[in-house]
Amino acid sequence: MEIVVASSVAVLTAGGVYLILRLRTFPVILGLALLSYAVNIFLFASGRLATGLPPVLSRYGDATYTDPLPQALVLTAIVISFGMTAVLVIVALGAFLESGTDRIDIAPREDDAEPRESHR
Amino acid sequence: MSREGVFLLVMSALPFLGALIPGLMIRAGRTACATFAAVPTALALTMLLILAPSVMQGEVIRVELDWLPQLGLSVSFFLDGLGLLFAGMILGVGLLVTLYARFYLSSDDPMGQFYTYLLLFQGAMLGIVLSDNILLLLIFWELTSLSSFLLIGYWKHLPEGRQGARMALAVTGGGGLAMIGGMLILGNIAGSYNLTDILSQGDAIRASEWYLPALILILLGAFTKSAQFPFHFWLPHAMAAPTPVSAYLHSATMVKAGVFLLARMWPVLAGTDAWFYIVATTGLVTMVLGALIALFKNDLKALLAYSTVSHLGLLTMLLGFGTKFAAIVAVFHIINHLTFKAALFMTAGIVDHAVHSRDIKRLGGLRHLMPITFVIGTVAALSMAGIPLFNGFLSKEMMLDEAARTGWAGSAWVVPALATLGALLSVAYSFRFIMHVFFGPVRDDYPAEPHDPPFGLWAAPALLVVGVVVIGLVPALIVGPLVAVAGGAVIGGGELPYYSLKIWHGVTPALFMSAAAILGGLALLWRHASLDRAWSLAPRPEAKVIFDRLIAAAVSLARRITDGAHDGAMSRYLAIFVVATVALGAVAWTGGGTPPPTRGLQPVPLVVAIGWALLLLGAVSVVVTHRSRFLALVLISIIGLMISAGFVYLSAPDLALTQISVETVTIMLLLLALHFLPKTTPIESSWFRRIRDGVIAAAAGGGVGALAYVFMLRDVDTISGYHLANSYVGGGGTNVVNVILVDFRGYDTYGEIIVLAIAGLVIFAAIEALLRGPAAARIRNTNYAQDRSRDRHPLMMVVATRVMMPIAIMVGVYIFLRGHNQPGGGFVAGLVVSIALLMQYMASGFAWAQARQRVEYHTMIGWGVLIAGLTGAAAWLAGRPFLTSAFGYVHLPPIEEFELATAMAFDLGVFLAVLGAVMLMLYSLSRIARYAGESTNLEPMDFDPTERKTDPKEGV
Repeated sequence: MEIVVASSVAVLTAGGVYLILRLRTFPVILGLALLSYAVNIFLFASGRLATGLPPVLSRYGDATYTDPLPQALVLTAIVISFGMTAVLVIVALGAFLESGTDRIDIAPREDDAEPRESHR
Repeated sequence: MSREGVFLLVMSALPFLGALIPGLMIRAGRTACATFAAVPTALALTMLLILAPSVMQGEVIRVELDWLPQLGLSVSFFLDGLGLLFAGMILGVGLLVTLYARFYLSSDDPMGQFYTYLLLFQGAMLGIVLSDNILLLLIFWELTSLSSFLLIGYWKHLPEGRQGARMALAVTGGGGLAMIGGMLILGNIAGSYNLTDILSQGDAIRASEWYLPALILILLGAFTKSAQFPFHFWLPHAMAAPTPVSAYLHSATMVKAGVFLLARMWPVLAGTDAWFYIVATTGLVTMVLGALIALFKNDLKALLAYSTVSHLGLLTMLLGFGTKFAAIVAVFHIINHLTFKAALFMTAGIVDHAVHSRDIKRLGGLRHLMPITFVIGTVAALSMAGIPLFNGFLSKEMMLDEAARTGWAGSAWVVPALATLGALLSVAYSFRFIMHVFFGPVRDDYPAEPHDPPFGLWAAPALLVVGVVVIGLVPALIVGPLVAVAGGAVIGGGELPYYSLKIWHGVTPALFMSAAAILGGLALLWRHASLDRAWSLAPRPEAKVIFDRLIAAAVSLARRITDGAHDGAMSRYLAIFVVATVALGAVAWTGGGTPPPTRGLQPVPLVVAIGWALLLLGAVSVVVTHRSRFLALVLISIIGLMISAGFVYLSAPDLALTQISVETVTIMLLLLALHFLPKTTPIESSWFRRIRDGVIAAAAGGGVGALAYVFMLRDVDTISGYHLANSYVGGGGTNVVNVILVDFRGYDTYGEIIVLAIAGLVIFAAIEALLRGPAAARIRNTNYAQDRSRDRHPLMMVVATRVMMPIAIMVGVYIFLRGHNQPGGGFVAGLVVSIALLMQYMASGFAWAQARQRVEYHTMIGWGVLIAGLTGAAAWLAGRPFLTSAFGYVHLPPIEEFELATAMAFDLGVFLAVLGAVMLMLYSLSRIARYAGESTNLEPMDFDPTERKTDPKEGV
């Protein structure tokens, strides 16, 4: 099970990093989404893995539970990463609508003279 | 806290509080502004005078408030003799400068700003001399650099003013940085940042191997501030400031801060060879060099600036000698220098004001035209020259006396000879000031008609000059006690050495040196014209040029590094960041040992393996197909789904609920955005680059995965046991995750909903700005209609969402209510309800749904944050800390017993904030669509069969 989780984190991180190194805004947003998944799982996994032990207290005496704290942290992290993605999307959208290109890099000076390419 | 302690605290706060006044009073007129600016200073001075008698009796007044005790930083002040002397100078001269500036500044100058800066500076200076904590002292030290920058650059329209201010800030600020290091070392040796503690550990500090580094760093701070060679060059350039600033900063206060620090640290740092050779030598060189340059300066203020440099050198030298007698002479000379130099600066300002020139070559013969100024200037300059009957003579005589007894590196004549040379040059430039400005023939080419100024302008220097004469005549009576108590503080208690403040000490070596200095100085002045020619021909390094070159080199180096690493390519920054992080991780990995695993691997059932395969496939597919953006978006949702399923399996039902609803909202958001973005990504990177990025990505992924794997197989102690044990007992809920969110770590959650709320508002504002900017035209001119479905609001979807709406809301309410005890809660409920609402938007269009929406999303966000905050604050009413929760059980007959907890109200706030923020984000995006000219539908669906039937014209 641990291998499953660790390899998922690894693949999601690698995919996320590869995508944030692309040159257009949309892949970068996708990459950040993948990285968010990876980070959330990583944080969650820091509570160690357990099956069938949800941290909801049982009425019947002493039971064991999984670690609730990483879950609480990850819960808010999921919601916050949504907020972050939303802000980024708007920034990307604004940049595209204002400048006509969705490149993330500031174009080198010699490129300024070239006509802007059309995407549609 | 004693009454004196409170006085001390209020006194040090007064200038800062008072700094607000001029800004308010400037509308009431310039005189009112100046008057009220003087009030805080006068009040503080009064308090100082009330405290003075007990200090004069040797008492030390202290006050201490904790600020950051973990760092050893406290707001602690103490007032001893040295503090009293300096505080008196700062406040007293501050008052005079306030008066002088009222008449000096022209009506075009923003006077309110001036007084605000002045009071800020005054507060910072006062803080330096009163601090009993060296960290606090450092804060005030930097504050003086900053506020003096504002004051020196006060005339923003003058380039010299701006350059001078920048230079002063660079030099004194740089020295300040060095001093921070020195002070931290000192505090480390002494084991306390408390000045009183440090002062009592002189022997231990001098014996420490860190003594020399600490000494050098602290001296760098003091020397830059007090304009000691080779840092002396900033002071003359700072003379571009208005004259009241020069009179205040460069005679009495700022430049004395360095000397103050030397005096303050004297009991700890002085008395070693290193101290003597560094401090005394620097002082001696500065004294002679400053005086020499001053003799050849034609600008009155530049002459005075270099003379100040020279006198600061004298003070530094005296403190550097390391003998108790010299330290007391230094204290005495500080008082004397203050009186004559402030008066001289003010005189220069008056001359400038009246004649519109400070160039000595254009002045002369002013003694009949400006008699009052002449008297004031002459008396002060004679004192500066060290002529008997004026106070400058007394301290200079004592200085020469001490110099005559000091050997330097085995030579008995170096110090006395150079000290006499310094005194001689000082006589020369002082007399030059008198002769070349006031004597000589009356000229007919003054830039303006010279006249004596109004009383307000000469009152302040006149008062100072009275001090010069009175101290000069009866020194022991006027300043004797003050010198004794301040000197006692400098030498750190114990017996005062024998000294006497009087004019006639008998026939001593100092008398001969004095006489030689006066005669030699007059001779120099006599030959000044030819010397001046030689001086102007002689090659000499120009400090400003060197400084500018240094700065330019630093700037170009910084620019090269910045441009190299920061060339505008974000992918490059990200690559650097990822590689650096991986490298650091690798270093950390190899650095420490890893304990053996304490947990075994858990089995992988088949269904998990399938989910895992789907997740990996999804991730890889997203990367491979990311160029066709819609496809990538569809694929990414597989990942989210699998993660939700994984959370269910791994005992995290709350996370699963949240993940799946966030997933839905995220995909909707990205779909909406993609409508306005290009639908494909062109191939731009070379093969090499893609391989490079792949390697970086693989390294990062491998590293993180390995870390997670190693981590998961090892147990650590956590605080989770506490949460599990107290969730029901203390928080009243059985869903521990929810109790953590709303109770144990409610403050975090409160912060998080505020972040989310801000994100929502940011998006709203960004779209608002976008639709007003150049993008608006682009949106209007782009035809988005080609992507549009012909069946935009299909009948089936409209009907289905209408039916589902109450059910979905019911689910939301259910999830919310049970959240405290079962998986659910405000976050999830907010997301579920927003999905229910979004379905209506999707089915019938944003315009249609928006018209039926009663509550503004902004209001909802506001209420959410407010309710959560008020719930937290309600705990205060019960005398508990913020966000302490309370709960009880209520029995209602039909529903049986149920729980009422304040946490529920907090969760309601979370719910509203999440709902409002999510809706506001998506709603804002949809505004672009409507702006783009999308037709707004009036009907809920494109084709409504019920209406069609009844329409007679259609005639079915």
